[in-house]
Amino acid sequence: MLQGWFIAGSSFAYLGLLFAIAYYAGRRADAGRSVIARPSIYALSLAVYCTTWTYYGSVGRAAASGIGFLPIYLGPTLMMALCWFVLRKMIRIAKANRLTSIADFVAARYGKSQLLGGLVTVIAVIGVIPYIALQLKAVSNSFTILLHYPEIVMPSRADTLPWQKDSTLYVALLLAAFTILFGTRHLDATERHEGMVAAIAFESVVKLVAFSSVGLFVTFGIYDGFGDIFSRAGTSPHLAELLTLHGASAGASSWVSLTFLSMMSILLLPRQFQIAVVENVDENHLRRAVWLFPLYLLLINLFVMPIALGGLLHFGAAGVDADTFVLTLPMVYQQQGLALLVFLGGLSAATGMVIVETIALSTMVCNDLVMPLLLRLRWLGLSRRDDLSGLLLDIRRSAIVAILLLGYSYFRAAGEAYALVGIGLISFAAVAQFAPVIFGALYWKGGTRGGALAGLSAGFLVWCYTLLLPSFAKSGWLPSDFMDQGLFGLALLKPQQLFGLSGLDEIAHCLFWSMLANVGAYLGVSLARSPDAREARQATLFVDVFRVTPAPAGAAIWRGRAQVDELLPLMGRFLGPERARAALDQYARERGVASVDALAADAGLVHYAENLLAGAIGSASARVMVASVVEEEPLGLDEVLDILDEAYQMRAYSRQLEQQSQELSAATRELRAANLRLTELDRLKDDFISTVTHELRTPLTSIRAFSEMLFADPRIELTERRRFLGIIVAETERLTRLINQVLDLAKIESGNAEWHSAEIDLREVLLASVEATGPLFKERGIALDLALPAAAPAIKADRDRLIQVMMNLLSNAVKFCAPGVGRVTVSLKVEAGYLWVDVADNGPGIRRDDQKIIFEKFRQGGRGNDVLTGKPLGTGLGLPISRQIIEHFGGELRVESAPEEGGIGATFSFSLPLATQEVKPT
Amino acid sequence: MNRSRLTGSRLIAVFLLGCVLLNYPLLSLLDRSVEFLGVPLLYAYVFVIWAGLIGLMAAVIERPGG
Repeated sequence: MLQGWFIAGSSFAYLGLLFAIAYYAGRRADAGRSVIARPSIYALSLAVYCTTWTYYGSVGRAAASGIGFLPIYLGPTLMMALCWFVLRKMIRIAKANRLTSIADFVAARYGKSQLLGGLVTVIAVIGVIPYIALQLKAVSNSFTILLHYPEIVMPSRADTLPWQKDSTLYVALLLAAFTILFGTRHLDATERHEGMVAAIAFESVVKLVAFSSVGLFVTFGIYDGFGDIFSRAGTSPHLAELLTLHGASAGASSWVSLTFLSMMSILLLPRQFQIAVVENVDENHLRRAVWLFPLYLLLINLFVMPIALGGLLHFGAAGVDADTFVLTLPMVYQQQGLALLVFLGGLSAATGMVIVETIALSTMVCNDLVMPLLLRLRWLGLSRRDDLSGLLLDIRRSAIVAILLLGYSYFRAAGEAYALVGIGLISFAAVAQFAPVIFGALYWKGGTRGGALAGLSAGFLVWCYTLLLPSFAKSGWLPSDFMDQGLFGLALLKPQQLFGLSGLDEIAHCLFWSMLANVGAYLGVSLARSPDAREARQATLFVDVFRVTPAPAGAAIWRGRAQVDELLPLMGRFLGPERARAALDQYARERGVASVDALAADAGLVHYAENLLAGAIGSASARVMVASVVEEEPLGLDEVLDILDEAYQMRAYSRQLEQQSQELSAATRELRAANLRLTELDRLKDDFISTVTHELRTPLTSIRAFSEMLFADPRIELTERRRFLGIIVAETERLTRLINQVLDLAKIESGNAEWHSAEIDLREVLLASVEATGPLFKERGIALDLALPAAAPAIKADRDRLIQVMMNLLSNAVKFCAPGVGRVTVSLKVEAGYLWVDVADNGPGIRRDDQKIIFEKFRQGGRGNDVLTGKPLGTGLGLPISRQIIEHFGGELRVESAPEEGGIGATFSFSLPLATQEVKPT
Repeated sequence: MNRSRLTGSRLIAVFLLGCVLLNYPLLSLLDRSVEFLGVPLLYAYVFVIWAGLIGLMAAVIERPGG
């Protein structure tokens, strides 16, 4: 079934499907229901990083150098951990300033320099062209191989074919047409392409599924799992060598440089910048991407080694290129469907890369290279044309075709000299040249336009000399003399052993020299003079993006005169008249102004217009254009710095104010709580007083009643008289006791009680208490048992107070036991650093509901009334006082009783810590 | 604010940890002809550490409210 027409038909069907997805997503985006506003879609679209270079090339590299293919994926994994800082900051900056490409980003940071934007564009185009060539090569090779099914035929050298017969050319043109359809249907001021992102995310899934299918087929279909493949490979000395670091030719320098390169590439490749920064919908999507994207990388690399070893085991040295194992292994085993799936997977890897990369590059070429040149050529009269938006689109379309044709040319020139991975690394090394100026842009305010120009140029030239030209020479496109003997015959200038540096592979060698030149020039030239006003302003907008809000800060640093009826046509020329009008309408609405004509052409409006234009034609050109219609007053560096300082101070003040108001509201909250507490205490005090007076009145009333009877009636009999006097005496005693206890409690609670702490033996205290209450027990016929240990540790406490507690507990126990059969047990034990004293009785017990309230003031258990007066025996203060005393010594007083469950009696227990520390009453 | 700063510090820690674990000279320590579940130790190590780092990153950044 694998005829040429069928393969081509499947490819077209696949591309059609992609287009349908993009179209659907685009429609949804226009309707405001974006399908890509999901963190997982964002993470998947980042996987545009995995091109055919990963798809076919990883296996090739693994077959040649074992584990050496991995740093290219470990680097991005590590970088993603830092992305929370770096990428988030780039996204924030790009959105605030409407930056749409990496060239624009660099140009805007270093004073909106057109020259710098142009240089970045040139470097990016030249650097990435080999990478695009690689995609073309992969697609055309895989097509050719599949066409010869079931035979395995390696594609003949491309340059032996005349160009008309070279399928690669047609692949290039087809991809160009496809990209134009995708990326330049209309002009968008934010350069966002929702449809494209949806298609890219879909392609990422296709790539992963296709590659994993081959991996599973090879690992479990042909062989018997991972262990089988590795053990078979282990028997061949050549293959066994691949499984070690030594044979992997992955020396430390190569490993480190590849990791570094891939870390930079994940941020700085034009397509990664496009997807990760420009197309980002919500910076919170980064959260998911931080781990999902590395996970994708891990999964797509899981089967690389098994496929590489499987291919090597099967084909041996039979002249099958290891870059093609992914495709040729299924073919050898007559898996037609799988082979077709692999081809489509490769196609999706290639199209994804080519589409995003060329769209990103075409934006850069248009905004930072072509437009600045065209606008300078006055004879074209561009500045007088009414609507240039169509021209912008045409420039981009031409740029896309031109870039793909350049890629094709490189493929013809140098494509066969390198394996896939080699070509990709050349591109990586080129974009790594952006690293110093980008990181400088993000974190260093001292970088200047001159420094950036010098650094980029120096790094780029070294890259050309040590990596690009040698790649031409190796393909025979350039004479190889300068490779072997050095430029002008000077051995010190050998491109790949510059100044005699040897022992590094070509990538590490290039990286070392180019970074040395790049960073050195960037820092050196930047430090030679202080930044001028515009650089300082842009530096602030970039470095402090999380601290300053760009719109006011950007607008504040501008002074001049402008007119709306000049700004509007200018915007119309590049955005289209209707869109410009609509944008200004919206601005007017946001400002609360009735119409566009009523807008004041102040600094804010000029800033808004410039930002909007920056989205369409790049920040540098936008600035030139806006400056052409407004009268700008140049600001000196000092003025700019003053304004920025002011902005900072305002911010600092407002932060201070915010902090103070927070402190104030916290204080208010505390005060309110304190007030609440006081009111509650006041209420408790009132309750207490009213209870106390009530308790005092009861005995007083009865004393008074009996006294009056005695006073009024002298004829009362003696026995009666004695009884009355007895009651009066008892009530007076009760009154005295009550008053004493109230005073006592008040003293303890207010912290004025006197404590006479001394070393005491608790056994002695218990014995003394028992002795003192002995008559009471005898009187009521209640038995008292003592269970004391032979010795107890001495503790520090107030002896009298403890006796007071014991007397209270013992007299309570007596009160509640039935006379004659009652039995009270006092025991002492040491447990977990505490001395525990239990006083257990066999009375009626205390119901659970009462167990809490008996410790409250004036609340009593309810039984055991006085024989004489019929009133409760106690004052209701004994237990509260006892509890306060025990707590003062750091112990606790509690009761256990369960009459509801048939338990007998109640047990009051208190504890005293062995290492007693007096607790200050609260 | 504090919590997001903590998340940031943790991510940097994961980055540094990864830089050390997935690099020379630790890799050369594991470069021996020992097998782990049928897979050469070096490969098993790299993939296990790789997966571990991803797990750590996910745990750090996806913490509720983090």
